[in-house]
Amino acid sequence: MTPSSASKTTARKTATRSKAKNGVREKTAPKRSDKAGNMSVIKIEQMNKWYGDFHVLRDINLEVYEGERIVICGPSGSGKSTLIRCINRLEVHHKGCIIVNNTELTSDLKNLETIRKNVGMVFQSFNLFPHLTVLENCTLGPIWVHKMPKAEAEALAMEYLERVRIPEQAGKYPGQLSGGQQQRVAIARSLCMKPNIMLFDEPTSALDPEMIKEVLDTMIELAETGMTMLVVTHEMGFANKVADRVIFMDEGQIVEQNEPEAFFNNPQSDRTKLFLSQILGH
Amino acid sequence: MAPQRSQSARGYVATVSLPALPPPIGTSGLTGWMRQNLFYNLTNSLMTIFTVVLIWLLFSSASGWFVFDAVMQAGSKQECLKIDSGACWAVIGKRIEQFMFGFYPEAERWRPLVCFLLLFVAIGPLLLPSFPARRQMLWFSAFYPVLTGVLLLGGAFGMPPVKTALFGGFMLTLIVGVTGIAASLPLGILLALGRQSKLLAVRTLSVMFIEFMRGVPLITLLFVASTMLNYFLPPGTHFDLLLRVLIMVTFFSAAYIAEVIRGGLQAIPAGQYEAAQAIGLNYWQTTRLVTLPQALKISIPGIVNTFIGLYKDTTLVIVIGLLDPLGIGRAALADANWNGLSNEIYLFVALFFFVSCFAMSRYSLWLEKRLATEHR
Repeated sequence: MTPSSASKTTARKTATRSKAKNGVREKTAPKRSDKAGNMSVIKIEQMNKWYGDFHVLRDINLEVYEGERIVICGPSGSGKSTLIRCINRLEVHHKGCIIVNNTELTSDLKNLETIRKNVGMVFQSFNLFPHLTVLENCTLGPIWVHKMPKAEAEALAMEYLERVRIPEQAGKYPGQLSGGQQQRVAIARSLCMKPNIMLFDEPTSALDPEMIKEVLDTMIELAETGMTMLVVTHEMGFANKVADRVIFMDEGQIVEQNEPEAFFNNPQSDRTKLFLSQILGH
Repeated sequence: MAPQRSQSARGYVATVSLPALPPPIGTSGLTGWMRQNLFYNLTNSLMTIFTVVLIWLLFSSASGWFVFDAVMQAGSKQECLKIDSGACWAVIGKRIEQFMFGFYPEAERWRPLVCFLLLFVAIGPLLLPSFPARRQMLWFSAFYPVLTGVLLLGGAFGMPPVKTALFGGFMLTLIVGVTGIAASLPLGILLALGRQSKLLAVRTLSVMFIEFMRGVPLITLLFVASTMLNYFLPPGTHFDLLLRVLIMVTFFSAAYIAEVIRGGLQAIPAGQYEAAQAIGLNYWQTTRLVTLPQALKISIPGIVNTFIGLYKDTTLVIVIGLLDPLGIGRAALADANWNGLSNEIYLFVALFFFVSCFAMSRYSLWLEKRLATEHR
């Protein structure tokens, strides 16, 4: 899985670069990605989930193609976080099916391991391991999951720490870093596993305004490399700039999805209009 | 006055950035510390003086009995009384070998002594990360229990066998205490994990074990070990009493350790498990690398508390006839020559326990500090 996806990633990378250079904000529609021959990496069909009696996700259908950047927004409690947490099975779905990288998510542990190796996740509260240094946080996965030799894992970690611009913090503990730095370490930690999909669960919601930008910049750079990204966020500027598709969720269902321009300028559903007027209205 | 007024005015712009100045004299260093802690205000100063006077009075009145009027060498209590009016430490000198080894044969006492010295070599690499050649030495630590068993019991390599019934004194305390501590930590960890397991059978068994062991006094378990086990074991099986005690003490302490560690595990945020799972670690990797190290760190005070309790509870083995230091003390008191010297004997035993337990306590404080990575 990994080598083939890596070569595709580089292919996508050059494509994205040229697009950026043209400066044209031409958006790829989901159908076009399909026609362009990009593989579908996530396929969710008729997926339902309950918390006890509470029906939290209702008939979710979603297909994500390689290299797509998807922003998921919606009021709190609408099920956006639960949706992306289902993709690496931090939450278990009850009906329907989820296929990630051609592997179906079931209670089979082998499948789960394969999927988690290739799906990175960044959390709202960073969730760095406080008893390990920044470097050790990054090498833990490669050493224990990929069975990589320690020296190689450390070189890899330094490479990604440089990419998120904090190599000088490698020897420190997470508690000594600012929130923005911690979140960038968390991104580097995920990238060290060389995933082909990255999930972001409100990555900037716990940050001070000053630090939101540094994390968003890191994410934008990551998007430019052609990474498939699903981002739950309230940063509509980010959605407008980076997303190929914006998905609006409310009360456990996908209410509307569209390219950002159409989504922001011409929302169709009343609920979307109300939501946008509330978050953009001041 | 003028610049202050301008600062409180509505519009203000700082024209220079203020340099960092050293703190005022008397707020840092030794004088600062004394002012802050000893002579902060009138009440504080009076308390300091009162405490110093109190300590002096206690020291001066007790030091006579303990040191200056004490007798170090004498043949009996009567001789002591003739020489001086203070403590008769001579009894300790006369009985010191029994206090240390119990009734272990005199010619073989080098064996427990070697074990005792090697104990430090064995626990050094476990306790101190900076121990020289730590990785290699840990193999010795793993091998140490076997070595001690062979040395103490004998019957191999030309060493005459020694019955465990002859073990006694501080040696017995150390055997029961160190074995209990070393064995109950891993068992307690497994029980704590078992109690949180998703597998119902594992969880039920762990809960039953923990609740039973915690719900029964240690003395009862020791009696069970000394008498009742015979009813459950097939007739004719010989099962050493000391070994039974070691098992019971370990089980008892493991139940407490399990609950202490469970408390630590519950303090780990769910996000830690999720982050570990998200990078692909499996259950045992997550436990070993992420959650357990953090849980153990939080639990250090509770764990050491339990260990200190266990260490002192080893004196309970006296009720089933094993001769711990208190048993040796009683034997000494029963001697007509030393009749009535209970103060000296019990103070001596207390000193031994205090030194051991205080060392454990200090070690745990040191460990807590070393592992504090959150706000360094």
